[in-house]
Amino acid sequence: MTLKHLLAGAAMALGTMAAAQDDPVTVGFVYVGPIGDGGWTYEHDRARLAVEEHFGDAVETVYQESVPEGPDAVRVMTQMALNGADLIFTTSFGYMDQTIEVAEQFPDVKFEHATGYKRADNVSTYSARFYEGRAIQGHIAGQITESNIIGYIGSYPIPEVVRGINSAWIHAREVNPDVEFRIVWVYTWFDPAKEAEAARALIDQGADVILQHTDSTAPQAAAAEAGGVYTFGQASDMAEFAPMPRVSSIIDDWAPYYIDRVQAVIDGTWESTDTWDGIGPGMVGIGEITDAVPEEVRTSALAMKDAIASGEYHPFTGPLNRQDGTPWLAEGEIADDGTLLGMDFYVEGLTGDIPQ
Amino acid sequence: MIDPALLIASLMVASTPILLAAIGELVVERSGVLNLGVEGMMITGAICGIAAALWAETPWAGFLAAAVGGALLSLLFALLTQVLMSNQVATGLALTLFGLGLSALIGQSYSQIRAPSLQRIDLGALTDLPVVGRLLFGQDPMVYISLLIVAGTWAFLRFSRAGLILRAVGENHDAAHALGYNVRLVRTCAIAFGGACAGLGGAYLSLVRVPQWTDGMTAGAGWIALAIVVFASWRPWRLLLGAYLFGGVTVLQLNLQAGGFAIPVQYLSMSPYIVTILVLVVMNAGRAPGSLGRTFHASH
Repeated sequence: MTLKHLLAGAAMALGTMAAAQDDPVTVGFVYVGPIGDGGWTYEHDRARLAVEEHFGDAVETVYQESVPEGPDAVRVMTQMALNGADLIFTTSFGYMDQTIEVAEQFPDVKFEHATGYKRADNVSTYSARFYEGRAIQGHIAGQITESNIIGYIGSYPIPEVVRGINSAWIHAREVNPDVEFRIVWVYTWFDPAKEAEAARALIDQGADVILQHTDSTAPQAAAAEAGGVYTFGQASDMAEFAPMPRVSSIIDDWAPYYIDRVQAVIDGTWESTDTWDGIGPGMVGIGEITDAVPEEVRTSALAMKDAIASGEYHPFTGPLNRQDGTPWLAEGEIADDGTLLGMDFYVEGLTGDIPQ
Repeated sequence: MIDPALLIASLMVASTPILLAAIGELVVERSGVLNLGVEGMMITGAICGIAAALWAETPWAGFLAAAVGGALLSLLFALLTQVLMSNQVATGLALTLFGLGLSALIGQSYSQIRAPSLQRIDLGALTDLPVVGRLLFGQDPMVYISLLIVAGTWAFLRFSRAGLILRAVGENHDAAHALGYNVRLVRTCAIAFGGACAGLGGAYLSLVRVPQWTDGMTAGAGWIALAIVVFASWRPWRLLLGAYLFGGVTVLQLNLQAGGFAIPVQYLSMSPYIVTILVLVVMNAGRAPGSLGRTFHASH
């Protein structure tokens, strides 16, 4: 009797174990930089870890670091799909066409492409409204600069980066009509030496605030070395550089979205969607504004943050003209998402051309 | 406006990591070995450098540790290719992957930490001379050391008996063996020197140029160094020119952008590659060492 019970119990235990292990959802992540970049990829990986913690044994994650944008990404995604990934997050703009290409080959695998605009039945896109954070950066930068020259390190001339430059510029000029932007394109997301060099070149040209749209903390290190230069954390808090040179930051928080999407795959409710969230839903966070910023500037920056979060204020509100002086938004008009997503022009006052 | 003296000073800083890695690889290739692991050895040097500099609180310990670290990693390559006679190309690529992984592992607790930095030398009145003062007498010591290494390598290869043997081994390892030279020993020494130089180059990145540790921070510098060795047709002074040209145009184009000059950015951005290749190719390409990349076995 006891033996029988024991055996039955063991069989049941085995059965439940088998059921539990039956099909853990495998989630793949394709990263453009190393997870130790301290910025963009670091935050995506933190969100991956949050997924693991949230779901425990029900979910397995795999990732690949430093995957070049271009054909090599196809190989990595294909490999992940062949190895049984159910959901793959491709976390850089340059994976857009490759994601679509691989998704066609694996109709049963779900794909999520960050910051792109091409979708399919099994490809969703998601991004954060970083420009909301850029508005706050511009607002602070315009008031703390003494040389009135703000340096901006751009990665690639894609709409996301151009949008950030425009947003920062509009709000810097709003508080400081004499401000000037110097923009350097480095054509890389991650190359610490080149990013540091770009920061130094801008500092040599008189910039005392450096805004970056690249992934590593090298510009922060270069600014710290130069002294008397302000920076903002990009994609991650970069709090190691606070209170100077880093005076605030834009933090990407992907964890809630990733958990949500993985849950949808588990529930079988996953659908191709387009998500673009900002400060309000918490996808964009503003890192602590340090004491290096005057109190009244901090207060007004936080007020702006609250206004953006509540939807009361939109960073692209007219009147705004394009760089060539033609009207873009009338008084009180708010930019539509379509124009913002495809933004390929500077607003009035910025100098230089966007590389085509 | 752009200050030419400041520009040249910063181009020397920008070029030094590539220069160091390339001069090491030049010696390796002149001995007939193709080590594609430069990137891996550089990044290992970068993390060893910052770890040791933090531990001993002086950048010199960092450079020393970086040279040792790079050389140790390259000896792994030497063991595989010279003793176990594995394929050099595959082993070199593996060394790069290994170095990137190893450095990320060691570097986990060093993220975003600044190390004691190298001060620029100050010779008082000499350094204060207009224009040339900052250029000639106001760099950090590693810039001078890298130039000394280039000059020393040139002199060694050209004038010394050991340099002649190294070249002989690289040109025709069977003949050198027949003459009684120990091909494997010569190559192992060359490989270790190459590893040490690559390590120094990496440490220069993490201690001076960036200056901090970040995962994967070499970001392809090792491959640039490899390319420069070929385009410089395996000659030290041309290699110096190539490295300074590449670093120089890189810095120049960033400065031109920052200065707001109306030159299309895409041209500026490709210019370092184009200019370096053009100049070095126009200077009449040389010939690769005869035994480059070939496996040596005494019985053949």
